[in-house]
Amino acid sequence: MTQPLVTVNDLRIGAVTDAGRKVEIIRGVTFDIFPGEIVALIGESGSGKTTIALSLMGYCRTGCSISGGQITLDGTDVTALPERKRAALRGTEVAYVPQSAAAAFNPSKRIMDQVIEITAIHDLMPRDQAEAKAVQLFRALALPDPDHIGERYPHQVSGGQLQRLSAAMALIGDPKLVIFDEPTTALDVTTQIEVLRAFKSVMQKGGMAGVYVSHDLAVVAQIADRIIVLKGGEIQEVGKTQQILHHPAHPYTRQLLAAFEPVPHVSVAVPQVDKPKPILEVVHLHAGYGAIRNGVPEVPILKDVSFRLERGRNLGVIGESGSGKSTLARAIAGILPPHQGDILLDGQEMRRDLKNRSKEQLRRAQIVFQLADTALNPAHSIEQILGRPLTFYLGLKGAKREARVKELLDMVRLPANLRHRLPSELSGGQKQRINLARALAAEPELILCDEITSALDTVVAAAILDLLKELQRELSLSYMFISHDLSTVEAICDDVLVMLKGEVVEALPAARMSAEAQHPYSRLLISSIPQLDTGWLAGLEQDPNLVAQFANR
Amino acid sequence: MPKSLLPWILVTQRLGIALLTLVIVSFAVFFATELLPGDVAQILLGQAATPEAVAGLRTAMGLDEPAMQRFVGWLVGLAGGDMGTSYVNKMAVADLMGGRLVNSLRLAGVTTLVSVPIALTLGICAAMWKGSLFDRTVSILTISVISVPEFMVATLAVLIFAVWLGWLPALAYGANVDSWSAMLRAYAMPVITLGFVVSAQMIRMTRAAVIETINTPYVEMALLKGASRRRMVLGHALPNALGPIANAVALSLSYLVGGVIIVETIFNYPGVAKLMVDAVSTRDLPLIQSCAMIFCVSYLSLITLADLIAILSNPRLRR
Repeated sequence: MTQPLVTVNDLRIGAVTDAGRKVEIIRGVTFDIFPGEIVALIGESGSGKTTIALSLMGYCRTGCSISGGQITLDGTDVTALPERKRAALRGTEVAYVPQSAAAAFNPSKRIMDQVIEITAIHDLMPRDQAEAKAVQLFRALALPDPDHIGERYPHQVSGGQLQRLSAAMALIGDPKLVIFDEPTTALDVTTQIEVLRAFKSVMQKGGMAGVYVSHDLAVVAQIADRIIVLKGGEIQEVGKTQQILHHPAHPYTRQLLAAFEPVPHVSVAVPQVDKPKPILEVVHLHAGYGAIRNGVPEVPILKDVSFRLERGRNLGVIGESGSGKSTLARAIAGILPPHQGDILLDGQEMRRDLKNRSKEQLRRAQIVFQLADTALNPAHSIEQILGRPLTFYLGLKGAKREARVKELLDMVRLPANLRHRLPSELSGGQKQRINLARALAAEPELILCDEITSALDTVVAAAILDLLKELQRELSLSYMFISHDLSTVEAICDDVLVMLKGEVVEALPAARMSAEAQHPYSRLLISSIPQLDTGWLAGLEQDPNLVAQFANR
Repeated sequence: MPKSLLPWILVTQRLGIALLTLVIVSFAVFFATELLPGDVAQILLGQAATPEAVAGLRTAMGLDEPAMQRFVGWLVGLAGGDMGTSYVNKMAVADLMGGRLVNSLRLAGVTTLVSVPIALTLGICAAMWKGSLFDRTVSILTISVISVPEFMVATLAVLIFAVWLGWLPALAYGANVDSWSAMLRAYAMPVITLGFVVSAQMIRMTRAAVIETINTPYVEMALLKGASRRRMVLGHALPNALGPIANAVALSLSYLVGGVIIVETIFNYPGVAKLMVDAVSTRDLPLIQSCAMIFCVSYLSLITLADLIAILSNPRLRR
């Protein structure tokens, strides 16, 4: 039996809250990592997975400190070291690949200088030798133009490339342990594949041990040997990847896995009228940003988008970042007035600019934004947030308004006494429910949902989807549901539009999406979604021409 | 458009904006001084003058021409380097100001040389050891200095160093400045007083700008690469804080040309600020206008310089 490379014994990490209260965020965690092994830390936000990973580098974020237990790294007790000795370990013994490479690269320094900085800090090798090594790593990570990519600044390469460059930055000092902190979460699915493949191959070649932090079981299944399931700063279950995926022992693990089960969507029956008009019809819509010259804006985004959304049905819009799906929602809502094309709500034409629309038209179509954190005014109580549209659209005041606020909270399954709180006093899922309730306050017929589950943990997101379905049955709503996640769209939508570079490339019923999509981009998108199968990535074959043509790599 | 031209286009734009601002300000200065109560002809001739004499002088001085015409004439003169003639003593404004401006710039220059390095070092160090005893001491001192009015600092300095201890001359100008040590002694008190006022702002802004960049993920990344605190701050945080720091420094320094009237008065230092106040009391419009324009030009050039530093220190704009 080989000696473990890392031994974590009864690790406890405390934090001091803004109010000065002391809380224990990691409560006695014990695990080992063997040389060459990749261990995944899985859990939802707040489960402590990143805190544990960072503590392996002897580092705690501001306000946190290791309050008990030991971390032994290759025979050295990291917790007992002074800060200077800990700094000496970072980059040489244990290295870090950040969640968002776009934020972790210094915008004002060249990529090469940052990649080889570890060798300069720890005086590992002369500069030209370090640069040659970096170029080798760029080549191993399948980066384009490996000889010259280092001369560029971070804003001059794509997100997927930057993420691979950050791996090169971690590997330059030949660490024994590499920590990956959700390194593909911010990437598009088609980009994620390439990055995962690059990580996997360099880790295998180098025989390094790794810690892979993620909330996504399907991604972890491709790269990890063992999985540690965390919740609330405690380990729920540890096991080999196959065992966790196929024979989970802990109820929480089963819950996480259940969120991956496809939930077939059943359309809601709506009372039929004689001549049903579509609730939303978009005809040859063009929209873009910047000054309009000769009838075309400086940066055209949407090109000739047409579709119909029948009453009581749900339309999913999927595409990767930059496909124009959010712009579509903004154009329909009138926030970004389109420069060409028509928008019909219930057969009635709507003016392009929000300012020229009647209050009644505004009331009937509401939009819910992705991030409740930025969409809710942090200085207003929940009662004020929900009360404003009630007064504005329906003229409700005083006791009537209060009664309606309570009803709205009940509709989104929140207790009525929550109305006196501020948004910052609610959890992420609760805030998104408030965000939804604010749209419901206007008693709309159509709700535009812009990535409303993307920032939420899987279990919370599933609950929001259930809520949306219930509300649809009760209030006969129609949703336009924008997402980058195909499984979310399949769970709630009747029809799907696939968008690429501002155009609709395919429109078809959601139920037949996976099996019958025709457009090569749709097929690429569907095949890029990670599956809960350890052999998926290795067995995946994609046409390189297709990838080169469509993927944002 | 080649990408390498982009920063230069931005720079040209910025300079164009500065020029436009200058024209607008000159317009405001000219008509604001027109609004000053009192009539220069009346003041020159005194209480006993007959209305005819006053009217005659007004015509002779060209004061009865339409204001717009005089404005354009003045602006054309300014552009050609002719700042006009003082109403009061018939000397060319340029001659009146010349020596004073040199005095003011010398005082400002010495103060800048002393205070900017000290302020930046203190600000960066306070940010680097945020929350430490050093940081708290610096913060408390800067707040105290900001809250104490400069006439208080200046008067106390004169009282202690000139009157009680007799180490330094009470008057900065006219003292013997032949040798370096004599010059140091003459400038010590005004420079210390001004340095107190301008450094406090600079320290606080530098500290805030550096702390803001320290809280970014790329600085945390530097720490996770094993970088020392010093390398993290100087190598990663500071280059990205250059823009805001340059702005804070420019704002503080712009005070040194026009805003130093109290210090000039207390140390009897003949600078432009004092000249302008004297000009206001005699309604010497050409002199007031020229002083105002000098202040405006120095302010604008400092702010424009800061903006240029911000543009050129940003690689997204530079390349």
